[in-house]
Amino acid sequence: MPAIGNAQLKLLERLSNACAVSGDEGEVRKIVLAEIEGRADEIKVDALGNVLAIKKGSERKRLRVMLSAHMDEVGFMLVADDGEGIFRFEVIGSIDPRQLPGKAVLVGRDHTPGVIGARPIHLTTADERKRAIPVDSLRIDLGPGGKAKPGDRATFATPFRRVGPSLLGKALDNRLGVATLIELLRNAPPNVDLLAAFTVQEEIGLRGAKVAAFALDPDLGIAVDATPAHDQPSWDGEPAPFYNTRLGLGPALYVADRATLSDPRLVRWLTDSAEAAGLPYQIRQPGGGGTDAGAIHRARAGVPAVSVSVPHRYPHTAASLARLDDWKNTLALLHTALTRLTPAVLAGER
Amino acid sequence: MKSLIQKLTETFSPSGYENAIREVIRREVEPLADELRVDALGNLIARKGPSTGSGPAKGKKRLMLAAHMDEIGLIATHIDENGFVRFTGIGGIRPQALTGGRVRFVNGAAGVIGIERLSDPSKAPTLEQCFIDVGATSPKDCPVKVGDVCGFDRPFLDLGRRLVAKAMDDRIGCAVLIETLRALESTPHEVYFVFTTQEEVGLRGAHTAAFGVEPEIGLSVDVTGTGDTPKGSRMAVSLGKGPAIKVKDSGMLSDPRLVAWMCAGAEKARLPYQREVLEGGTTDAMAMQVSRAGVPAGCLSIPSRYIHSPSEMVDYEDVQNAVKLLTALVSKPIEW
Repeated sequence: MPAIGNAQLKLLERLSNACAVSGDEGEVRKIVLAEIEGRADEIKVDALGNVLAIKKGSERKRLRVMLSAHMDEVGFMLVADDGEGIFRFEVIGSIDPRQLPGKAVLVGRDHTPGVIGARPIHLTTADERKRAIPVDSLRIDLGPGGKAKPGDRATFATPFRRVGPSLLGKALDNRLGVATLIELLRNAPPNVDLLAAFTVQEEIGLRGAKVAAFALDPDLGIAVDATPAHDQPSWDGEPAPFYNTRLGLGPALYVADRATLSDPRLVRWLTDSAEAAGLPYQIRQPGGGGTDAGAIHRARAGVPAVSVSVPHRYPHTAASLARLDDWKNTLALLHTALTRLTPAVLAGER
Repeated sequence: MKSLIQKLTETFSPSGYENAIREVIRREVEPLADELRVDALGNLIARKGPSTGSGPAKGKKRLMLAAHMDEIGLIATHIDENGFVRFTGIGGIRPQALTGGRVRFVNGAAGVIGIERLSDPSKAPTLEQCFIDVGATSPKDCPVKVGDVCGFDRPFLDLGRRLVAKAMDDRIGCAVLIETLRALESTPHEVYFVFTTQEEVGLRGAHTAAFGVEPEIGLSVDVTGTGDTPKGSRMAVSLGKGPAIKVKDSGMLSDPRLVAWMCAGAEKARLPYQREVLEGGTTDAMAMQVSRAGVPAGCLSIPSRYIHSPSEMVDYEDVQNAVKLLTALVSKPIEW
């Protein structure tokens, strides 16, 4: 049974601090390739940059299980040089523009430090402060001589931290999934063929997973990701009906989001596995959002698919916050469920 | 055929939960098909005619006829401390069609839809302001849990020539396919009658079924809107003027050769038909058309009023004429 100790936390720290905005995932890919070297029967990097690793089981009648975790993160791309180290930029993936002014960033593969400048309160009017500043009015300021060029990506500069029972970082979405998948590959159970896909370009439309699923042609697919928790105490003590997930209640299992209706047999397999092992779980509130499962289930003639996510607060901002215990339970549930996976799971009624 | 339509429309199978309707349809088509299979996403695929493998002979085609068997529905997102069920939609749900409606869950539980007190009663409520009352008083005695799925609960209504039901979209298409399969004595083609899943959430079943079937022609059978109700949409399709041959909708341009083939087929068989341009909405044909290296695609539509409400209305003669037209079309060799 894989466990999360100091080594795994160190790995998550390196992964979270790495910069891998969609389309430029090289820094995370390098870490992944080093960590899984020698742990799979076949490892390759495909045409779009996905890392595909196949670890064959040893028992008879094995299902081919695709596990997908996206390596990319939301961020920025410099688009024009205004001179004196000041750059215009665009957002890559979805980030609320209200989250941007005043944030420190790292630019390019050298992690050149910079800041998304904001006018100080002394120099703004009350009217101006009521409105969000559109992205095309914002600039990234590297200072004169700042080494960067249009096309370079940038991320928030928040270093990974442990905060009490929590994990804090800029890219827990989805380095939590990447770290989980690395541990599952290292501890792959013998009853399945584990097809690990560390995917690219999820944040801009599940593009890596689409081609990865076509290539791997699995019997079933599981996206391992991180999902928002919007569970802060309410001002009036009334429990809010819309929270997506809650911290501390364990891995979030998907029934429906905008991209996928999970295969009900796989949801039952996961909940049965959790209950048999005494592990906590929660059903993510059906609604919007999407994971790599949205691309996987539509591959070729169809693939039964489901998603499992670690809940975290404040994703797609400079710093999100997850609970260490939720991560541990997510890894434990996935591992225990995989060890129980037989062809009977898919032979049953939907 | 009316009793078949009643049986199909009174079955609850929202997108992703097509078990029940698949079993109903399976019982109908099993004795009629030369081969039957269910694929990974739950599409029910029935073959009629010779299995030709690759490269059928001249005039003989591998056809995919698709009607989706899923229906729009609701999915529970939260059970509050008094046992009220909050929900979101599966497929295109309009809140103004919900109030006072009754729902039936896949697990058998039933309920009624209520709304919060509106600060502006002249405005339609949002989905977030609606809830389902299943007669529970707490999460403990609530028969519904987060992730459970339900459909509208409304019995089939026979008005003589006009028929009304929930899920007429697209059980009426399923009925047309079943009756065509029944009427089809012989065909030179390899015809796949595909009852697809998850159409209402984005043509997902048809997408994967088309990859698996690899058709040379793709034809969907689905409902389309009309322009014949008081101050309704402007659309040159009416109930009772025959099945509609789609030229365009917002997701697909029909292959002109298919449109011509279908119109000529209707004229030859002396069947009424209408040419259809639908400005909002699309069908499984969109997914078939861009499958693999591309598939000539079209759609035979059943004109329908009040689509995506719990009471969708079709004309029984249009339905019967659709069966006649489709049967005539696939009975003969196709040349172009």
